[in-house]
Amino acid sequence: MNSLGYFVEQYVMLAGALFTLGCVGFLVRRNVLVQLMSIELMLNAVNLMLVAFNRQHLNDLNGQVFAFFIIAVAAAEVAVGLAIVLAFYRLKSSVQSDEADQLRH
Amino acid sequence: MTVGNVFFLVASVVALFGACMTIASRSPIRSAVGLLITIVGIAALFLMLNAQFLAAIQLIVYAGAVVVLFVFVIMLLGPDAGDGEGTIARARLARYGAGAFFVLLALAGAHLVSRSELTAHRFKVAPAGHGSVEGVGTLLFNTMVIPFELATALLIVAVVGAIAVARSKPHVRRESKSASPTARMFHGPLMARDAQRPLPTKAERAAKAAGGVG
Repeated sequence: MNSLGYFVEQYVMLAGALFTLGCVGFLVRRNVLVQLMSIELMLNAVNLMLVAFNRQHLNDLNGQVFAFFIIAVAAAEVAVGLAIVLAFYRLKSSVQSDEADQLRH
Repeated sequence: MTVGNVFFLVASVVALFGACMTIASRSPIRSAVGLLITIVGIAALFLMLNAQFLAAIQLIVYAGAVVVLFVFVIMLLGPDAGDGEGTIARARLARYGAGAFFVLLALAGAHLVSRSELTAHRFKVAPAGHGSVEGVGTLLFNTMVIPFELATALLIVAVVGAIAVARSKPHVRRESKSASPTARMFHGPLMARDAQRPLPTKAERAAKAAGGVG
């Protein structure tokens, strides 16, 4: 273990820790904003994993391009998600996900 | 400890600290700052992994757009963006849960390190062009050009959809003062000619019902 950062397993463990933290945050917190941030955390962990595995294959860059597309989709997801949070807040005057218990208003 | 070791150690500790801050802080603005710290740490790790283009994209898109969007929304909501009553215990539970998962992960990692096959996947020395803008751009505009254009369409649809969802529609909100569920179902008179007519009282309705039966 005297050369940190040069083994793919170290990145896998780090990405697993980040994904786990995002998962715990999404499951435990009730604030919709924090839950969206936890989703971003999980997407970032997956991106890190893709890039780390791509580092092993030096003759192609498909993993990095895949991570690029994940970043694009995550940006779109955040825009729509925050718009839904604003509409939800206008309806309920709260951002706690416990309040979202009706299909129609 | 070489420079690369220190770089990896610092970047990973920064990323994990930011992740803990994101899920465990009570104020959402601190959560947003934690997300920013994580993103910067992961961008540094991208640099370590020969993904310079992705590191730049990560900083521009995540730190420059996503976190700023989060901060805008938090400021738009004001003090209501925080947790309500009874959720502080849940934040504490998040800290404990994260700690428990970290212990489990540390145990799993120690188990992995104790096995000798960890050295089997050491990175080879990368060629100079690996992960550069030229390399990623060539792949993006040749093989992946159709997904790339579809991603632009997705972004446009997402922005238009976000505007459509978040736009305020004051005429939609109709608050009924009546406690009766039937009266709340119909917000006003159904016909225009009923608008001036007073609603029948309870006694009149009872008399009409009795007359109908009799």
